[in-house]
This record gives sequence, C-alpha cells and structure tokens, in this order.
Amino acid sequence: MIPVQHYLVLAAGLFSIGAIGVLVKRNVLTMFMCIELMLNAVNLTFVAFSRHLGRIDGQIFVFFVMTVAAAEAAVGLAIIVALYRNRETLNVDEASSMKW
Amino acid sequence: MIAFPRWDKQCCPLHAGGLLKIMTVFLFYVFAATALISALSVVLQKKTIYSALSLIVCLGMIAMLYTQLEATFIAVVQVIIYAGAIMVLFLFVLMLLDPMSEALPVPSKHIGYFAIPLGILLAILISLAGISYRAQPAGTVNEGSGDIAAVGLRLFSDYLLPFEATSILILVAVLGAVVLAKRKL
Repeated sequence: MIPVQHYLVLAAGLFSIGAIGVLVKRNVLTMFMCIELMLNAVNLTFVAFSRHLGRIDGQIFVFFVMTVAAAEAAVGLAIIVALYRNRETLNVDEASSMKW
Repeated sequence: MIAFPRWDKQCCPLHAGGLLKIMTVFLFYVFAATALISALSVVLQKKTIYSALSLIVCLGMIAMLYTQLEATFIAVVQVIIYAGAIMVLFLFVLMLLDPMSEALPVPSKHIGYFAIPLGILLAILISLAGISYRAQPAGTVNEGSGDIAAVGLRLFSDYLLPFEATSILILVAVLGAVVLAKRKL
C-alpha cells in the first residue's frame, strides 16, 4: 500500500510542470494542454485522498472536474479556431489587444 | 462486479502477498516516472503535435495510477473522455490549423529564467505540504472501492442536483462552441 504522500508529491510535480508550461510556452494550443495537465494533477490528488479517507466523494468530484474540462476544451478550442481565422496566428503575444 | 482472483498463500506456494506488494510499489514508481517524463516532454517539445502525443501518454499513466487506487470507473472515464475525446479534439484542431507551417517564436530566455525557478519552488512548496500531511482518517469509514455501482449510487443520490446542473453546463458549452466556430463572428 503506497502512502498518500507519494501521490501528493507526484501531483505537485505534474502541477508545477503544467504551471511552468503555461508561463513559458507562447503557443496557445500548448498552453491549453498544460492547463489540462494541471487539472489532471488535481484529479490525482482527489482520487488519492478518496482512497486514503475511504470515502467516494473525491471520485465524484473528479467526475465533475472531467465534465467541466470537456466543456472547457470545446469552448476553448472554438475560441482558438476563431482566433486563427481572424489573426492568422497561434502566438498569444500577438493576440494581446485585451491587455491593458 | 468483476471478481479479481485473490493472490494469497493458499493459491500460490510462494509468498505471493509480499511479491504482490513489491510489484505494486514497483509499478507505482514506473507509472509515476513515466507520467513525469511525458509531462516534461509536453513542455519541452518544439512541435505541438509531439506535445499532444506526450500528453496522451501522461493521461494514460494517470489512468493506470487510478486503477492502482481502485478507482476503476474514474480510470475508464479518464481513458474514454480525456485520451479518447478531449485529446482527439486537440489533434483535430491541430491538424485543421496546421501550426507547423508558421514559425512559432522561441520563448524568450528571460521568461524561462523567472518561470523555471519559480516553478521548482512551487513544486517544492506543494510537495512539502503533501509530505507534512499526517492526519489519519477519523473513523474506519470504508465505502468500498470506486467501482461503477458505488460511484453511480452516490452520483444519483447525494450529487443529483450538481449532476443536472452539469448537463446545462454542457448544453451552454455546445451552443458556445457552435456560435464561436461560425464563419462570421
């Protein structure tokens, strides 16, 4: 039986790699994939705690997070397609007109 | 309910319980290392399609970890929804837009100088929080493993209202995607 701390450290590593990716990468698709990676790290934490505490509620939450992630992917990718049609770019630095 | 074969001393002459325990720990480290390496590969790859394929490997490894945690339903959903639906959607858009044809700029060095130490610091901080977690479960509550019957019972009793709200969320997302993908925005 692997202690829950091992899963927490693994999830911390995955989340941080995703966070670095969002900060460093300039391709909007890769940034989006890094966000999915961070969501998965959090899901792993949920399931590890669900197993550790012997309660199933954590897995229900993972189910909802996956649903929201699917909805987010559909809308986000539609935004990316619209961005590419209008700006001919996938570089986030060139789509900064809504920054201050 | 699938009845997994029980590996105990009665069915195996070797001390199979200890062997199984070693195997479980060994497999956990294999899955964890593969997940971390493929996650790093998502960030480090130059071409977006290689990032997407690495992410699929990472999601598969996380599904393996879910099976080790006895969350079988979540593991299956992980493969079907994440690796099957969401990543196919990503690859679809990737093929459609063909971002390989345009030269994406290399991320500027000074962003990396800030982001990588901060990211490592973030990893250390969250890991410390995880390692220092010492609380034990209060009672001996055990609702069983996360097979589909247990998850479904809980989902359609206590979490029925959030479940119904989720359906509205998905409807809004579908409408939003259709409107956004229209030719004249």
